[in-house]
This record gives sequence, structure tokens and C-alpha cells, in this order.
Amino acid sequence: MGRMRKLLIPGVDKKLLVKDAIKVMPDLTRRRFISGGASLGALTLLTGCDVVDSDSADKLLTQVSKFNDAVQAWMFNPDALAPTFPESAITKPFPFNGYYDVDDAPEIDGKDWKLDVRGLVDNKKSWTLDELYQLPQVKQVTRHICVEGWSAIGSWTGTPLRDFLKLIGADTRAQYVWFQCADKEGYNSPLDMRSALHPQTQMTFKFADEILPRAYGYPMKIRVPTKLGFKNPKYVISMEVTNDYKGGYWEDQGYNSFSGS
Amino acid sequence: MSSLAAADSPTTVEPAKVIQPAWVRIMHWINALAMILMIMSGWQIYNASPLFDFRFSRDITLGGWLAGALLWHFAAMWLLMINGLAYLITGLATGRFRKKLLPISPGGVISDVNAALNFKLAHDDLSKYNYVQKLLYAGIIVVRVVIVLSGLSIWKPVQLHWLVMLFGDYDNARYVHFFCMAAIVAFLVIHVALAILVPRSLRAMIIGR
Repeated sequence: MGRMRKLLIPGVDKKLLVKDAIKVMPDLTRRRFISGGASLGALTLLTGCDVVDSDSADKLLTQVSKFNDAVQAWMFNPDALAPTFPESAITKPFPFNGYYDVDDAPEIDGKDWKLDVRGLVDNKKSWTLDELYQLPQVKQVTRHICVEGWSAIGSWTGTPLRDFLKLIGADTRAQYVWFQCADKEGYNSPLDMRSALHPQTQMTFKFADEILPRAYGYPMKIRVPTKLGFKNPKYVISMEVTNDYKGGYWEDQGYNSFSGS
Repeated sequence: MSSLAAADSPTTVEPAKVIQPAWVRIMHWINALAMILMIMSGWQIYNASPLFDFRFSRDITLGGWLAGALLWHFAAMWLLMINGLAYLITGLATGRFRKKLLPISPGGVISDVNAALNFKLAHDDLSKYNYVQKLLYAGIIVVRVVIVLSGLSIWKPVQLHWLVMLFGDYDNARYVHFFCMAAIVAFLVIHVALAILVPRSLRAMIIGR
């Protein structure tokens, strides 16, 4: 495998690299970097280090990822529906997933919570949960697919996001709807407008016909069955209609931004 | 007159027969690079949510973590797909597949396997594949097509839902993708071992003769 590593980091003296790495990194990170070659993750951990070859590989990979965003936007068919399933197909128990334990999930008091609306919309009023519950809701049983590869079928009920965007007079020619969440460290994620207007994209208030439990994003999650799971933000506290790409929690760490399924 | 002279001393006048044309060699090595990148980054992606009770050692994976591995995987996929498509089209259009890989008869495969096990399988003419080679090379092309189709299914299960149906469902497509990888790695082990045993074949894949 030694030969292989050399091939993957052309021009970099492995011994020198290891010597440099030992100086600046704890043991685990060092292992990561060496095995990762020109990985973005390793680079994130190595910020400030002068590793020229990894840097250029990183730039190239980022460029290709942007190209892949464009390819996916081109492939995206606004009329193609995610497959739906019978209730019997629902995965039980539906997995909790996050970058923290379920015990650290946000605890939100529905009475105090408000959805802030910002950006390119006519009506910037904040919405209470009771007000949102008055809007017409629809149910979908669809497959949630995680960027890690696993998938689970769940039942989500809520208001189609496109109906809400129409209601608040959003400029649907804008590029993105950007969501901010109550997760610790401040989760956020941009959703391209065409996906936001997809008929199955939903402001979700119920899971399996029950009020959305804390584990799945109480009081509101955005369910986007045409996107990978991390583009389905939970514990949403605000949405902003914008033409600016404001980045996202995982997107900024190197996950492909479009991440459509 | 000149043709007679040439016939008299073919080794000096006529260059050695080209076994692997340039397009085969170029596409072979691009494919080799793309495959290695895809397999190593794929192992890192697998580790994020293993299908079986094991993970691949970090020492043999690419990308460092899931996001890095995905970047590599979805970059190298273009190399693999475009090169693979060009190879298929050229192989079919030039008749190389038909000439080199067909026909494959079960009897021929069995007798060649027996010959190989008794160390009696000859490699006098590298331009002609024996039945075992024909079967493996044709088979790996099929696997190569299936791994791309299952990969596309996992990547775009909604937009390419019709493709997912081919494999049953999303989860099945993941298993198919994994087993195709396993088949390619097994092929790679045999392929590299035999190339080392018959170095002339490796030379032919580099300089053509």
C-alpha cells in the first residue's frame, strides 16, 4: 500500500510529509491524512498547512462537485415524483440521525416557537405553530435516503412548501430558500428553488400521523424526498428566500450542495 | 522484388505485430486509474454505512472521510463512464469485441481451465485469447456495465427511478453495486497476477507489441 500512497500524492515525499504531520497533528488526524491522500476532510483538519499537491487536488474536486451540481440541476425533473409506498412499508423504528445524540436534540416549546420568514417575500410576518397547523396538509410515505447510503421509509404529513411560498408572496424566481435551524452549532441548508417548488417538498408537522416528535425535528422539518437526508432540515426556525448562496452546515464541509436523489 | 526480400527477412523489415492497438492501451490505463480511484473511494463510502459486518481499513481507502470520498467518487465516475462508453463504442464499431471475445463455448472454457490447471495452457500468440480469457474479459465488461447502472441508480433513485426498478429497489441496487465491486476486485487480482506471470502481455499493453 506504500506504493499506492506515493502514487496518490505525486511529488510529495512521504517521509517528509509524515514528519511534518507529526509536528502539527494528534495521532488520529495523522492517520487520516496519510490514508486520505488529497482528501478534503484531511485538508479541513490541516487548515494552514502547506500541502501543495493536496490543495490543488482539493480545488479540482471542488470544481467537479460544482459541475455535478449543474448536471444534477439539469437532470432534475420538476414533475418526477419520488416513489411512494404503502403504510406497511414504513421502517420501524424510523432511525434518529444527527451529528449529536438524540438527548442533545433541540428541545423546543411549541408555544414560544415562531417561524421567521425573510428575504424576497411580500409578507414577512412570523408564523406561530397554531397558525401553520391551520394550513391544508397532505401525507406522503416516501423513502428517506441518507448521504451515508442507508435508507428508511417514513410517513410525513404537512403543507406543501410551494403552497406556503405562494401564500407569503415569495419571489419564486429567486435561486434559493435558505433554512436555519435550532440544532446546536446552528444547522442550516440552502434548497434550490426548483426543488422547493417540487409538489412533494413539504413543511412537515407530523410523523406517522402523530405530531412530529423531538427526534424527528419538532416542531417543523422540511421534507424533500428528491434530496438526500441532510438537505431535509429539522427544527427549522427561519426560511429566507434569496438569490445568494449562503452555504450550509454539511455543504460547507464538502458535501455536494445539490445532493439530489 | 522488394516483397520477396521482405518475405526473406521478416523480422528485420516488418515491425512486430501490434497486439494491443493504441486506443485499447490508452483506454485500458485510463480505466485502470479510474477503477482504482472508484474502488478506494467506494470503500470509504461503504464504511459510512456498511452492508456487512466489516469495514475496509482506512489504509486502503481514499478521501479521508465520507465527504472527501464522495468528492473523489463523483469526480472519477466521469472518467470511468466516458472512457467506458468510448471503449464500448470503439470495441463494437471496430469489431474487436466480436473478433477477440467470440465465440465462447462452455466446452472450450472447460478444456482451457483444465489445461491451465495442468500448466499446459499455451500463450504463444498473445493476440489470440483462450476461452478462459474470453469468458473473463467478456464477463468483466458486463460487470462493468452493471456497476455503472447500479451506481447511477443509487446516485439518482428518483430521477432515474426506471433504472432502480431494474434492480428491484434502492437497497438492492446497493447490494448489486457492492457485489460488482467484489467481482471487479477478484478479476483484478487474477488479472494482475497473470500479467506478472506473462510479462510479455504487460509489455504489449504498454508499448503495443
